Amino acid sequence: MNFGFTEEQELLRAEVRKFLNEKAPLEEVRKQCESEEGFDRGLWKQMAELGFAGLTVPEIHGGAGLDLVTLLVVLEETGRSLFPSPLVSNVIASQAIERFGNEEQQARWLPGFADGTRLGTLALLEEGDDLSPNGVQLQAKKDGEEIILTGRKLFVPDAGNADLFVVAYRMGPGPEEVGLALVEKGSVGVSASDFPAMDLTKRVGSLELTDTRIPSDHLLCEGGPAWSAIESLVELGAALVTAETVGAAEGALAITTSFAKEREQFGSKIGRYQGVKHPLAEIYVDIESYKSLIYYAFWALDEGHEGAALAISRAKAYASETFPLAGINGVQLHGGVGYTWEYDIQLYLKRGKWMRPIYGDADYHYDRIAQLGGL
Amino acid sequence: MDFQLSSQEEKFRDEVRAFLKDNLPPEGEKRPADFLAQWNTKVREKRWVGFSWPAEVGGGGGSLMEQVILKEEMARAKAPGLGTCFMGLAWVGPSIIQYGTEEQKQKYIPDILDGAYQWCTGYSEPDSGSDLASLKCKCVREGDEYVVNGQKIWTSIAMWSKMMILLVRTDTEVDSKHDGITCLLVEMDSEGLEVRPIKNMGGGAMFAEVFFNDVRVPVENRLGDEGQGWQVTVSALANERSSIAEVYGLRRKMDELEDLAERTVRAGQKAIEMPSIRRRLQRADIRIEAMRLNGQRFLTKQLRGEPLGSETSINKLHRAALEVEMGELAMEITGSASTLMRGSDVAPDNGRWADYALGWPEVVIGGGTPNIQKNIIAERLLGLPKD
Repeated sequence: MNFGFTEEQELLRAEVRKFLNEKAPLEEVRKQCESEEGFDRGLWKQMAELGFAGLTVPEIHGGAGLDLVTLLVVLEETGRSLFPSPLVSNVIASQAIERFGNEEQQARWLPGFADGTRLGTLALLEEGDDLSPNGVQLQAKKDGEEIILTGRKLFVPDAGNADLFVVAYRMGPGPEEVGLALVEKGSVGVSASDFPAMDLTKRVGSLELTDTRIPSDHLLCEGGPAWSAIESLVELGAALVTAETVGAAEGALAITTSFAKEREQFGSKIGRYQGVKHPLAEIYVDIESYKSLIYYAFWALDEGHEGAALAISRAKAYASETFPLAGINGVQLHGGVGYTWEYDIQLYLKRGKWMRPIYGDADYHYDRIAQLGGL
Repeated sequence: MDFQLSSQEEKFRDEVRAFLKDNLPPEGEKRPADFLAQWNTKVREKRWVGFSWPAEVGGGGGSLMEQVILKEEMARAKAPGLGTCFMGLAWVGPSIIQYGTEEQKQKYIPDILDGAYQWCTGYSEPDSGSDLASLKCKCVREGDEYVVNGQKIWTSIAMWSKMMILLVRTDTEVDSKHDGITCLLVEMDSEGLEVRPIKNMGGGAMFAEVFFNDVRVPVENRLGDEGQGWQVTVSALANERSSIAEVYGLRRKMDELEDLAERTVRAGQKAIEMPSIRRRLQRADIRIEAMRLNGQRFLTKQLRGEPLGSETSINKLHRAALEVEMGELAMEITGSASTLMRGSDVAPDNGRWADYALGWPEVVIGGGTPNIQKNIIAERLLGLPKD
């Protein structure tokens, strides 16, 4: 019985933290995310060289072949630093190919994910903002072995930078008549860009396809299996985001706590007052709790445990409901300076807004829990 | 991460399961009248009462992992508790084992294990609640005796106890309020000791005021050294484990609440199908699961030989919030009938839930109020300045 990390995983954590503390302190993060691409390609390349980017990609395709629990350690640290990077989107895209692609597709695409040269993302949602099968309306027309896609995907993470999209499309009227295809940015009829959004450390945009012809070797799966695949990718996304959230929440709590230790009012450090102490203690209790839930979920994912989806939904529901409060209370406890662009706590507040709906908000996950046979 | 049991642990688990299967009536079946008495004898023979205590004092000498397995299996099988001397097993016994003399161990430990009688706990005073160390109950040594004068309050089951573990002040001339406190083991039928039960808001009386008027306690009944009482108490309270029993208690209550929501129909709709009720049930359910997993992380820490610190306040806060919320949920589920106490055909489950909704202070306030737990987290874990 060991609900903790191995020595190697703790070493990796220390290494990632050191790297990010050096290369991506918050003043650097601000510069990186306000740049044209929203992240630092040079740093990303270094991360890839250190093996962080292709951590879960199988060794035969050039990755480190490590499990998701090990990735969790990295995500906690990237979250803590609010590090702008394509890591989460890339893991989802590469896992889609690893899990649902054939050998040829894996050999063709995965090495690029292992060395960080390829940037991928999942393009799932559309205008209806609906994570059910009904939400997939982008039409596919069969043309022999190929399909032709037309439509618009919204809320696509890292859309502007991605060069490979894992796109969900509809083939017919039945709920599960859907499919997953790989769409390259350079193909005819493809355009993608990011929207102006609240959290500058996380890009989100749209993908527009106009009569885009998809060759048969770009198709991943269709029908019932495709819908299960889509669900499992949403689960994976929710898990990855919640893992990053644990780190981000600890970051928000740390800077608010250190502010409360320094700031004096009424002749005393404000951290002495229970009106300040208690909300911080409550944030701590919540973080530790969704931390336990998401740690367990990652273990269950690695083990292929039947309870994994349920565990993820519990963690994401809890985190989606409470993490945004860490930013809100953090800003409030800072007082006026918390409202300024200059102070960092606002960055965490915005991260809270970004994470709440992505890969399912609390409501979605509560419904999912019921669907999966939980309460 | 690894949630697998070792083969030795699995063997122990199977042994526990086999015992529970042989000695518990199948679920739903009525338990015979002498079931509890027999159960208590059997688990005592198996040395499961005081399972974590060393074998030389009559305990089970169970390893940390075995204790966890035993608790989990018992909870899963909905088995009755192990032993009947609640406070004796929870903290009086561990204190005596750690600080007691040979005579004290021989005199008290077997009775605690056998459940021969109850112990009560004389800690809180009218002016010393959350700030326990400020206690004033006066105690002066006269020859081979201590003479106690003062008052205790919120003393659970004082009226049914034969013995009390009592904190008194033997020295008022101390720099720190934590010094000068002494721990005594007092017979409840001592002359000058008076117990007055206090009726709680639910109408029952589980706790009492206890008055000491020149109560004489032999010096050999002192536990630990004079002035060491605070240390004796703190290490006994630190004996609390990773909250596994509490989690299963809440889980069982949650199952019952879910069942209540399933069979309660209001305005033609099952309560469990009302979205607002369902969300609240789910929210509570997730927190219980989080408590379970928090406990597993604490356990991992203990198994690695690191002491548990203030992080146990996390689950205490969850539990406090859940006890209140689940009581309130039972009220919301049952609507107009929720306020009815036992005694009519309309009261849901004959007033059980009304009792529950009025019963939370025992747990929520009893073990240190939520506000105190938040102070502990803020000061000891987040490093904020002391209040």
